[in-house]
Amino acid sequence: MKYKGRFGDYGGFYVPEVLMPVLEELEEGFYRFYEDKQFVAELAQLSKDYAGRPSPLYHAKRFSEYVGFKVYLKREDLLHGGAHKVNNTLGQGLLAKYMGKTKLIAETGAGQHGLATAMIGALFGMETKIFMGVVDIERQSVNVHKMKLCGAEVIPIEGGTGTLKDAINDALRYWTAHVTDTFYLFGSACGPHPYPTIVKHFQTCIGTETRRQCLAEIGKLPDMVVACVGGGSNAIGIFSGFMDDKDVKLLGVEAGGRSLNSGRHAATLVVGRVGILHGAKSYLLQDKEGQVHETESVSAGLDYPAVGPEHCLLKDTGRAEYVAAEDDEVLDAFELLSKTEGILPALESAHALAYLMSQKGKFDPDTIAVVNLSGRGDKDVSIVERRRPLMSS
Amino acid sequence: MKTYKQLFSELSKLKRPALISFFVIGDPDFDTSVQIVKTAIDAGADILELGIPFSDPIADGPTIQKADIRARNSGMSVQKAMEFTRTVRDYKDIPIGLLMYYNLIYQYGTQKFFSDFHEAGVNSILVADLSIDDADEITSPATGAGLDTVFMVTPNTDTKRMKLIASRTTGFIYTVSLLGVTGSREKLSDTVEALVGKLKKLTSVPVCVGFGISKPEHAAAVASAGADGVIIGSKIVGFIENNLGNKEKMLADISTFLGEVKNAISPR
Repeated sequence: MKYKGRFGDYGGFYVPEVLMPVLEELEEGFYRFYEDKQFVAELAQLSKDYAGRPSPLYHAKRFSEYVGFKVYLKREDLLHGGAHKVNNTLGQGLLAKYMGKTKLIAETGAGQHGLATAMIGALFGMETKIFMGVVDIERQSVNVHKMKLCGAEVIPIEGGTGTLKDAINDALRYWTAHVTDTFYLFGSACGPHPYPTIVKHFQTCIGTETRRQCLAEIGKLPDMVVACVGGGSNAIGIFSGFMDDKDVKLLGVEAGGRSLNSGRHAATLVVGRVGILHGAKSYLLQDKEGQVHETESVSAGLDYPAVGPEHCLLKDTGRAEYVAAEDDEVLDAFELLSKTEGILPALESAHALAYLMSQKGKFDPDTIAVVNLSGRGDKDVSIVERRRPLMSS
Repeated sequence: MKTYKQLFSELSKLKRPALISFFVIGDPDFDTSVQIVKTAIDAGADILELGIPFSDPIADGPTIQKADIRARNSGMSVQKAMEFTRTVRDYKDIPIGLLMYYNLIYQYGTQKFFSDFHEAGVNSILVADLSIDDADEITSPATGAGLDTVFMVTPNTDTKRMKLIASRTTGFIYTVSLLGVTGSREKLSDTVEALVGKLKKLTSVPVCVGFGISKPEHAAAVASAGADGVIIGSKIVGFIENNLGNKEKMLADISTFLGEVKNAISPR
């Protein structure tokens, strides 16, 4: 390996020997192509014409009115596929193509990364397999159907809790046996090196655009940037644009699940302890001996016991702050944005909005908060319907 | 306490490779697991490779995953695993290697984990999710605790890495026969004999072969390729899974199979 892939002491590549040669090949491929003129041009073209970049920055005035300060939404929900995930799958899919790989595999929780990978598999004509926990398949059935329509095979994972963690376990196992022709298109800025670096690279467009849009449209930088954190890809993407702007507060919102006290949550950075899972050292939800905990969240995309290594470092250095929003607050936020703006947010992104709701009236009215609206909520309507049935009128 | 070095030197005089059997500690429960391991020893196992169950065993196929779940459900813990290795070592003085995942060691404290398990009769600890690139995290704690080191070589490991791995290994090289996770296979990988041959030319460190060795003839083929040890895991763990309601048959099946393998790898 050319680089150590460390963020402070976090990250690294804690994987079985059989995966080391492929991770080395991936690292080599990434550094060979990521600044390659043709690669960059092709990716830029696809980002524009296929994915729909740049995404708008929208001043959510009625939502702002409710919380008592200015809230802007970075509309990643408007991208093709309905989430920021396409930024990464286009980038890695193109990398796979440049590296001569013909098959894609990916894990998925909410199905957004699975769908974004299936789309790219169709776009590049690559055979695609998506690993997805049985619980997630059940709660995100619309996305499952979309993946299949795009020609991907969805492989149900029954192990463990049938969620994202188990899907990653099995995707890694599959990869172990198919390293020669298969590219593992990892969905978040976590896992073994070089994934945290690669995924961040392909998601930095969010931060770069947002910063430029703030200066052009608002005339100044925001006071805070807020994003939900599961593995942490949309958050690291938007944070990256403001890392050197020390006056811009960076805030990550994790899944508080039922509640932090109940232990049924996925608030890794807020209450976890450092450990090693899925190839990286990071904060981790685990018991005293190091067995990994089962997590719970209303949003499948945040239902994960580890977190991206760079977020761990940002927490330790204090450059970013991490809080948790509980399921009920998240559902409130989902409803509020829908009612005030006519925008259904993904339940993942609704965590960031829930934090702002909890800060209602606590900031000066001129305060500017930018929220990464990382995905749209169409996929979550049936969950919300179940949890919050509408009164018949 | 018998060392790998002593064992492999004894076996080279007998001109046969070591029979190494893998079990998950506490599968399906502590007491049965002790009986199973004693049965394997009585059937001729020369080395025990034991796993401490983990919630997320990414290098393992379905058979070992299920064994991990059974063991965890019956209350297996790191502390109890230590009691287990002590019990087994008291039964017979044969080398014991642990094969496990890093987080359990890291949470316990690497140095203390290695020292405490050495004291409990363990000769080596192979960390499934730690490659030679990060060997520094464990080699000096291991040496300090008096443990031998064991690292894996896989079919996609290049020659340069093989040499590096051999140079850091004091126990034996755990050669993975195929690209994939643990589990029984119908056929032996057709690249394993060449892989063993290549390793034997590169190093004098003992070379043992595991993953997918599921039949006496697989073991025989690996032995005639020059391997110093044959590791049987999923195949015998499968006997536990298949006979959960019939302990006698479980033990008999394990004993019979290991006897057949031992016979297959012994000189004619």
